[in-house]
Amino acid sequence: MSAVAITRGGPGSLPATGGLVELSGVNKHFGALHVLQDVNLSIARGEVVVVIGPSGSGKSTLCRTINRLETVDSGTITIDGRELPSEGRALARLRSDVGMVFQSFNLFAHKTVLENVVLGQVKVRRTDKATAERKARDLLDRVGVGSQADKYPAQLSGGQQQRVAIARALAMDPKVMLFDEPTSALDPEMINEVLEVMQQLAREGMTMVVVTHEMGFARSAADRVVFMADGRIVEEATPEEFFGNPRSDRAKDFLSKILKH
Amino acid sequence: MFDFLHNPQYDVLGAFWTTVQLALWSAAGSLVWGTVLAGMRVSPVPLMRAFGTAYVNVVRNTPLTLLIIACSLGLGQTLGVTLGGGTFDQTGFRLAVLGFAAYTGTFVCEALRSGINTVPPGQAEAARALGLSFFQVLTLVVLPQAFRAVIAPLANVLIALTKNTTVASAIGVAEASLLMKEMIENEADALFAVFAVFAFGFTVLTLPTGLLLGWTAKRMAVKR
Repeated sequence: MSAVAITRGGPGSLPATGGLVELSGVNKHFGALHVLQDVNLSIARGEVVVVIGPSGSGKSTLCRTINRLETVDSGTITIDGRELPSEGRALARLRSDVGMVFQSFNLFAHKTVLENVVLGQVKVRRTDKATAERKARDLLDRVGVGSQADKYPAQLSGGQQQRVAIARALAMDPKVMLFDEPTSALDPEMINEVLEVMQQLAREGMTMVVVTHEMGFARSAADRVVFMADGRIVEEATPEEFFGNPRSDRAKDFLSKILKH
Repeated sequence: MFDFLHNPQYDVLGAFWTTVQLALWSAAGSLVWGTVLAGMRVSPVPLMRAFGTAYVNVVRNTPLTLLIIACSLGLGQTLGVTLGGGTFDQTGFRLAVLGFAAYTGTFVCEALRSGINTVPPGQAEAARALGLSFFQVLTLVVLPQAFRAVIAPLANVLIALTKNTTVASAIGVAEASLLMKEMIENEADALFAVFAVFAFGFTVLTLPTGLLLGWTAKRMAVKR
């Protein structure tokens, strides 16, 4: 871990100017579907925000707007005080500061595990190859797949691939990490190995936005739970409050469906 | 029956060598140009997309003979473009390569574009999320995977191109089919032997191309 710098500081160290990630008045439509409706969200440096909600509630879309993989129709999104550029090099530079982990891993299929973690460092950060490889191997060791460095993604299990994807994102020294349902495509026995890496990241003070259906992770790692339904943020609370005493009917209904079997 | 092959006025190997050179230069040119066109057709800039689409649809639907003659008469003789060729023969050869690359590039582009469609969108998203530029996403992540998916269709294009080089005889480039025409005139009694010689010659060029690239396609396939 020593070689890898990550953002330090808990929720208490919030700068006066506002959160590290700020969404205000964000609206987005997919055709007739109003998928994000006036979303306001502020994420402090070092905070772990878990976004939960039923399918189609817009939580993945929300996550993807933060690095502009989805454009927004109106509203503003700022990261570290700077508004998201609409395109071009400025947007690319900003994206390099925002790590993203996808549901379907999306490792580069024609490159080895090591090359996957090296690519961004060399091509975006202009790090020299030897340094980049050293850092890549450190990160792969840290997420527990160091022995797989020379294999291709298709030769790895889903859990291993997802941990490589986390290492690939961390290699850019991101200010914030976005996780878009990182365990939803995994077999049950592989979910924990990925969640453990995420828990560790959270403990080390990484700013994280996690869209997930893993309520256990939300309880144990989140500083704040954001509950979305029908494109709106319905409820925001600490995990104890949210799971123990949800205020809205929508959240009560959702929790009753997922917690009782 | 094949006595005419010993006649020193026919340089069969030399003619086929010209065919090979035509095919190789044109293949290189059309691969580069086709890749550029495919890049335009998937680019986020509307003007480039429009140009790519218009170019491909106009050029691939134009008869190759027309294009090659237009290169020779239009570009060469009317506008005086020589492409650095000193002699008449050199200029003809270079203009023919230009015509073949302009034409075959459209087929390379469309093959590549179908290859780009085989690359899952998540690959490009992950690359963009790392902060790579559009050009880097295309050249480092999308095209390398797209190329591996279309080696077999590109072999078809290359084989068609090799045989299409016979059209260059229309502007007097001394490749195999020009020699064949001459032989047909002079060796009418051995007509089928002449055909056989040239059919065999082209098979020797194209059959290994297909086999080799078919094997390469299997070896290079991206495992998902």
